[in-house]
Amino acid sequence: MNNILILGAHSDIAIAVAHRFAEAGYQIQLAARNINNLAADKSDIELRHQVNVTLHEFDALDTTSHSYFVEQLTILPNITVCAVGYMGVQAENEREIKEASLVIRSNYEGPVSILSVLANCFEARGCGCLVGISSVAGERGRASNYVYGSAKAGFTAFLSGLRNRLAKKGVHVVTVLPGFVTTKMTEGMDLPKKLTAQPKEVANAIFNAVQKKQNIIYTRPVWRFIMIIIRNIPEQIFKRLKL
Amino acid sequence: MMLSGWGRYPRIDTKLSAPRNIEALRKKVLKGYAIARGNGRSYGDSAISAQNTIHMKHFNRMLAFDTQHGQLVAEAGVLLADIISTFLPRGWFPFVTPGTKFVTLGGMIAADVHGKNHHKDGSFAQYVDWIEILTCEGEIQRCSLNENLELFEWTLGGMGLTGIVIRAAIRLRPINSAWIKQSTLVAKNISQTIELFEQSHDASYSVAWIDCLQHGKSLGRSLVMLGEHAEAESIPLEHKKQPLQLPFKRKLRIPIKFPSWALNSLSVRAFNAFYYWNGKRNHQKKLVDLDSYFFPLDTIIGWNKIYGRRGFAQFQCVLPIKNSNDGLRALLSATANAGAGSFLAVLKRLGTQKSRFSFPMEGYTLALDFPINRKTLALMEQLDRITVQHGGHFYLAKDSRMSRKIFQKSEPRASDYLSYRTDQVSSKVFESAQSKRLGL
Repeated sequence: MNNILILGAHSDIAIAVAHRFAEAGYQIQLAARNINNLAADKSDIELRHQVNVTLHEFDALDTTSHSYFVEQLTILPNITVCAVGYMGVQAENEREIKEASLVIRSNYEGPVSILSVLANCFEARGCGCLVGISSVAGERGRASNYVYGSAKAGFTAFLSGLRNRLAKKGVHVVTVLPGFVTTKMTEGMDLPKKLTAQPKEVANAIFNAVQKKQNIIYTRPVWRFIMIIIRNIPEQIFKRLKL
Repeated sequence: MMLSGWGRYPRIDTKLSAPRNIEALRKKVLKGYAIARGNGRSYGDSAISAQNTIHMKHFNRMLAFDTQHGQLVAEAGVLLADIISTFLPRGWFPFVTPGTKFVTLGGMIAADVHGKNHHKDGSFAQYVDWIEILTCEGEIQRCSLNENLELFEWTLGGMGLTGIVIRAAIRLRPINSAWIKQSTLVAKNISQTIELFEQSHDASYSVAWIDCLQHGKSLGRSLVMLGEHAEAESIPLEHKKQPLQLPFKRKLRIPIKFPSWALNSLSVRAFNAFYYWNGKRNHQKKLVDLDSYFFPLDTIIGWNKIYGRRGFAQFQCVLPIKNSNDGLRALLSATANAGAGSFLAVLKRLGTQKSRFSFPMEGYTLALDFPINRKTLALMEQLDRITVQHGGHFYLAKDSRMSRKIFQKSEPRASDYLSYRTDQVSSKVFESAQSKRLGL
């Protein structure tokens, strides 16, 4: 039986991913803090797709607990999707080192810790797939969100290295750079409609990437071009832009 | 932001929010002037409040299903389409479905929707076991036939003005196939149409499409369509292996707003004539899948755009059985004389219904679509008056333009509802643009 573990299950993308894999018959393990709040989603996924959903208390920031967390899973999943992340408010991240540190730990330290534990287990088993949801914000630091962006940049580099290490060990790693998505995180932002994906689209893209063993995916293809441009603007010009 | 109903008229400037949990929802409600919005399929302004429109899209989870009694518990924002796609393959189907499946559970409760089986099975309310509502005090109350009866009765058909439906339990019916046996009968005029309905009380489903551009002795010529659930044995060979599977259908998408002249009396006349002729030619029995039978327009995504920039209105009234013949004649004559043929004219015999404020009553309900312009607005006012003269009233889920005077005349139950709302203080907390317009 196929089994998927979704970390950071409160996020809209995580729930959409759960539905997509459940539709394909996967058993679902949802991991997050305060799992009681996921009871309605659990019954919804179980009812719609007739699969089993289990809930697992998980704190991405409590890195010392991560080995134990993986040990106590009754089934080591075939696939893990890490949707852990926290954007914070850039202005606060600039003023308060505590806030900035929370953003860095949520987007880098926590995900790196749990994926490292799982990567070792998958490597020992000789198969599996790890999916990390990073961000286009990590492609180049911009004034509007560089603390978040830099943590995501670290995470993207981590995933790339992990993929390199595990490529010969039968374990696949997918890096997801979703671009704008309509979620809790972007609520209230005025996003351009053509560039903004729905969580469902991201979930579909992740499902396909896992099946086809794609390495790096952008959910809307246009983002690949946008990021080529953004990466290639000379720094002399870039530093003056308002982005 | 500007918001409108399915008819794209009127457009109202509103503050729209979409709370994600009960706490956030409660905060929004206590600000007052609140109305819940589901999938925005009511035609007019019943799910918009200028100050505080609350989108229920995050309350969209199914919570439990009892396979013994067919009882589904779900949050209010769950779409009927999702209920059907989840449970049809397992042999369950809602007892009552409106003309589109893109409505939410909360919306179906608020409008107490009816379907082609109303003459036999009643309205949606008959299959609601209980409702949980966030009331004007910010408390969640469960109501049913056994507890908080008054709240239960006013909420069913109460257009969302008693509180915000959060969760509800409804019953589904067991079925054997995803197919309907349909037979089409041809009626040459309105008397024959009524006669056919009166002879078809035993049919599970019945509805008539009326060619409303006909005058004189052809006035009200129609196709009366009857339906029965098909047994698994009788369905097409290629689908027999999976009798509960809907066949794949390509969807058509209306990409742009049509210019407002695209639907003129000529094109409408041509369409109506073709439809009648086609129905007459193929009036033998045939098998139709559930989707095509119950939700024919859902395959055309965005069909509301064909009426152009100014949008359209749907006129839907019900006339008491004793005045139906005269009343329908008067309504159809007025429509035909105005030459403002409706693209879709639907007639349905409704059965008896006891309820506080729901639309259905024993008699005939007629639904007509009109593009919004000066001529059709005047015509609809005339139709309003004819309806009131014949003791009828109007379907608020469709209304976008009725005057307060006409509403108060047509709806003696309105003052009871208002005094109930005033007692409960919900009149201060819940309000839609429609309730404001109608003085409800």
